[in-house]
Amino acid sequence: MTTRALNRRRLLLSGAAVLAGVVVARASNDTVHVSIDKLSFTPAEVKAKVGATIEWVNTDRIAHSVTVKSGWELVIQPGQTATHVVAAGDGVDYYCRFHPNMRGRIVIVA
Amino acid sequence: MKTFMAGAAGAALLLGASVAVVAQDKPTDPQIAHIAYSAGVIDIAAAKLALSKTKNKDVAEFAKSMRDDHEAVNAQALALVKKLNVTPQDNPTSQSLSKDAEKQRAELAKLDGAAFDKAYVAHEVAYHKQVNGALEKLLIPSASNADLKALLQTGLKLFQGHQLHAENVAAGLK
Repeated sequence: MTTRALNRRRLLLSGAAVLAGVVVARASNDTVHVSIDKLSFTPAEVKAKVGATIEWVNTDRIAHSVTVKSGWELVIQPGQTATHVVAAGDGVDYYCRFHPNMRGRIVIVA
Repeated sequence: MKTFMAGAAGAALLLGASVAVVAQDKPTDPQIAHIAYSAGVIDIAAAKLALSKTKNKDVAEFAKSMRDDHEAVNAQALALVKKLNVTPQDNPTSQSLSKDAEKQRAELAKLDGAAFDKAYVAHEVAYHKQVNGALEKLLIPSASNADLKALLQTGLKLFQGHQLHAENVAAGLK
């Protein structure tokens, strides 16, 4: 398969993942992006390997948090970005502590 | 005028104000903008009172979030009415809301310590419930302009979040 064909295949695969509402980090050093806009985490569910970085970008004009119940928390001010390196045991549901109707999920993949 | 009064009275009923008139018509966009903005101003004032009185970390954090969020939404609302060239119109609902809120703030101001914290957070739960009910049942369905409707819908999601946050803080105070 040529490089061009491979790139096209990768593009199609990533497009399919986005359409399915799930983003998958393909390698341990990949970064998965989650946008926070109009009080929603998008995509709501991300799949990542241990060691991958998840980056949340808050485009709202209000502060949000990524809070894991009885676990870790990131507070993200308006217009700011926060990251978390996925560890074993980070297959979790999370929410915004300031607006608990905002919910997201991290799924660990091998 | 009749339409304006009936619509505004309907909003007042939904917001829990004691207005004994049955809603017949919808409030206009300028009235809706004024009601929504006034509701925000009221919660900012309550948050500032809480920040001046509470010593509880969770209550202070909640109040700060209310102040900052409602200030941000009201700034967006002002930018929108400017863009649409709409002048928010004062109305009986806004007036009734502000008058009731002033009374409630005066009552809260008499309290201190844990009694204040409990009363403030309980007030916030009830207030957001009322505002969310009014947004869902009257203000959003009545809004004609698509941008105003969209802002109110985002506002509803935000205020539903505030209600849940207030309920969580209230549970922690027990």
